Amino acid sequence: MTAYLLRRILYAFPILLGVNVITFVLFFMVNTPDDMARMNLGVKHITQAAIDKWKAERGYDKPLLYNASVSGAKVLTDTVFFEKSVSMFAFDFGHSDDGRDIAREIRHRMGPSLAIALPVFAVGLAVNITFALMMVFFRASYLDFAGVVLCVAMMSISGLFYIIAGQYLVSKVWHLVPISGFAGGLDAFKFLALPVAIGVVSGIGAGARWYRTLFLEEMGKDYVRTARAKGLAENAVLFRHVLKNALIPILTGAVVVIPLLFMGSLITESFFGIPGLGSYTIDAINAQDFAVVRAMVFLGSLLYIVGLVLTDISYTLVDPRIRLE
Amino acid sequence: MIQPVILWTDALIFLLLAAVTAFFVYARRQPHLRDPLRRVAQSRVGMVSMVVLAAYVAIGLLDSLHYRPALPSKAGAGVQYAVETLSVLDRLATPLRERNEKTYSAPFAAHAYAKEVVELPDGREVRDFPRLKYGGAHLNDPEAWLSDVLVRTLKAETLALATWLLAALALCAGLAHRNAGSLSTTWRAVWRGETPVPWRAGLLTLGLLFLLVFPAILLSTPYHILGTDKVGQDVFFQTLKSVRTGLVIGTLTTLVMLPFAVLLGIMAGYFRGWIDDLIQYLYTTLNSIPGVLLIAAAVLMMQVWMESNPDLFDTVAARADARLFFLCAILGVTSWTGLCRLLRGEALKLREMEYIQAAHAFGVSHWRIIGRHLLPNVMHIVLITVVMDFSGLVLAEAVLSYVGVGVDPTMQSWGNMINSARLEMARDPMVWWTLAAAFLFMFALVLFANLFADTVRDAFDPRTRR
Repeated sequence: MTAYLLRRILYAFPILLGVNVITFVLFFMVNTPDDMARMNLGVKHITQAAIDKWKAERGYDKPLLYNASVSGAKVLTDTVFFEKSVSMFAFDFGHSDDGRDIAREIRHRMGPSLAIALPVFAVGLAVNITFALMMVFFRASYLDFAGVVLCVAMMSISGLFYIIAGQYLVSKVWHLVPISGFAGGLDAFKFLALPVAIGVVSGIGAGARWYRTLFLEEMGKDYVRTARAKGLAENAVLFRHVLKNALIPILTGAVVVIPLLFMGSLITESFFGIPGLGSYTIDAINAQDFAVVRAMVFLGSLLYIVGLVLTDISYTLVDPRIRLE
Repeated sequence: MIQPVILWTDALIFLLLAAVTAFFVYARRQPHLRDPLRRVAQSRVGMVSMVVLAAYVAIGLLDSLHYRPALPSKAGAGVQYAVETLSVLDRLATPLRERNEKTYSAPFAAHAYAKEVVELPDGREVRDFPRLKYGGAHLNDPEAWLSDVLVRTLKAETLALATWLLAALALCAGLAHRNAGSLSTTWRAVWRGETPVPWRAGLLTLGLLFLLVFPAILLSTPYHILGTDKVGQDVFFQTLKSVRTGLVIGTLTTLVMLPFAVLLGIMAGYFRGWIDDLIQYLYTTLNSIPGVLLIAAAVLMMQVWMESNPDLFDTVAARADARLFFLCAILGVTSWTGLCRLLRGEALKLREMEYIQAAHAFGVSHWRIIGRHLLPNVMHIVLITVVMDFSGLVLAEAVLSYVGVGVDPTMQSWGNMINSARLEMARDPMVWWTLAAAFLFMFALVLFANLFADTVRDAFDPRTRR
């Protein structure tokens, strides 16, 4: 197992390098640093001197991939690619275009992001599984049919509508919680209640329907027939046997997204004014701050790969039949 | 005199239309595709959703025939064309497009949303809600708008019922002709739901659709049936124009991604070895980049590129269209990985089958095996994925437009409508109609697309086949 994990971690390096090359090509090959400088300084009437100054201040004044003017290993290290992209492997994210330390911002904003994403994930999982179990328990009845119709209708509504309707009803009409904002400590609860509730509700449609299919697939297996044949009550079959076995696909599907929870939710955070990584990313996109976007892309890919490795580990933990070689 | 304009997305839409037609012609001769297709047509949900989706597609196609009208020119001078690009839908909805108010007005309102200084006939000036320029302008007494609307609706419904009856008769006559039966027996069979294809469900949906569409068309000229927005444009017209944007994103994205996904997926599974490693590496890398960020980065790049090359686009429409096309392309690049992985798995399984081994033994070339034996046998996976992806892409457009990396701000889309409506909710009295219009049209499209996708999946997925 150790050897397997080691191999997976080593395999992550070429992937992350690939991610860096893709973002680098997107950012620097399609648009040269000159273009970026021109855009950041305003389009018209810029002297070459101003562009050079902007580039020098932000370290874009070196060759992109290969520096022929120096010798030795420096031909590769004294370049924009090495300084801006490879250094991210050491978690050195550098400074955003407006001069702030990106790593510090990320550390500060991770907390609020998790404060929303974690409850949404946990509560959502519980609610979806409960809802799905209920539909499966009453399968092939009108209740099941109504549940499926509700799920399809709910997943056909854009997430934006849930947020807008929720903010309007709960905050504006009923005045229960503030419309947006964030505070530390216990005060955080009143700011987080609504976004978490909306996050859970908007996920029910797709989630519950997916788990229902999983449960139904499990219901068709031989061990379920055996359990019924030996006279177990439907309750016992569903909760002791089906739920336990269906947990394998559920768990492995859920584990992969856990690390990504750190990234926060782009839409929810920006609607509710929560100073997390999601709203940081949106602000960076709107301000066209490439340094921040690049750092977030790297972080996201890293967390995704961590999620894949965790999934493999969780497989072996919940299903003894699987061994990692 | 008009000058036809073919925008990038128009060309692709018609290419897609040709591809779909070709697929149906091909599928009719292939039993493994023909039977599931027949099952889709024989399902009631499938029939209902097909009728509704056809209505959306009709609007989208009308909006895809673009042209530039000629300007009135002096005799002897050459014909000059307007800079504005119009579509057939624009032409048909000219009253909707041109009758702009000053600012917001509620649905069916005859008065503006905000008070203004109005000059009375006797010369005094008071602050009051002024009459709208077009909405309800024919009314002598604006208080009586409800009865006017009711009378007009009644007329429209009568017309709708008559048209629908004609359509139903035409369908029955067609069926009777094909099955060599009499009109009356066919008519009865359709109404008792005894036909293999659920024509009754389809006709009832069509009837409901007519009952909604006819009054909407007839009332939209004298009134603004869904109100007007901040700059006084008709919201109903905007949401109609948004249909094309939604459809384009949902379909063209798939068209862009299909060649990659199908070719790479099958190659990875069939050739194995280093080709498999390379393709797996490629899609793991792309998959590990958070989708929204990759799209955002690519769209930002394109914006910079478009700003530095403004002379490539001769009209605003061409510019917005180029952006839409690019958005489809980048969405396609980020979304082909799922299908590619599925196809790789299927190809891995299929390459060990006896008939492929036999083809090998006969010395059939690799590409011929892929084209003749593998591709037809993964067709159902491709079809299911294409249909299932559609609704997700329509929803994604709204989110991306909100983030600011969606379609061009000058292009009508549901995302842009929601985005502008977000701030209007805070006004007092609330401006709810933009949001409601976007919600209704988007919800209906996505809902029926989801239902249709479920039918297609049930029909084509061998695991669910009874």
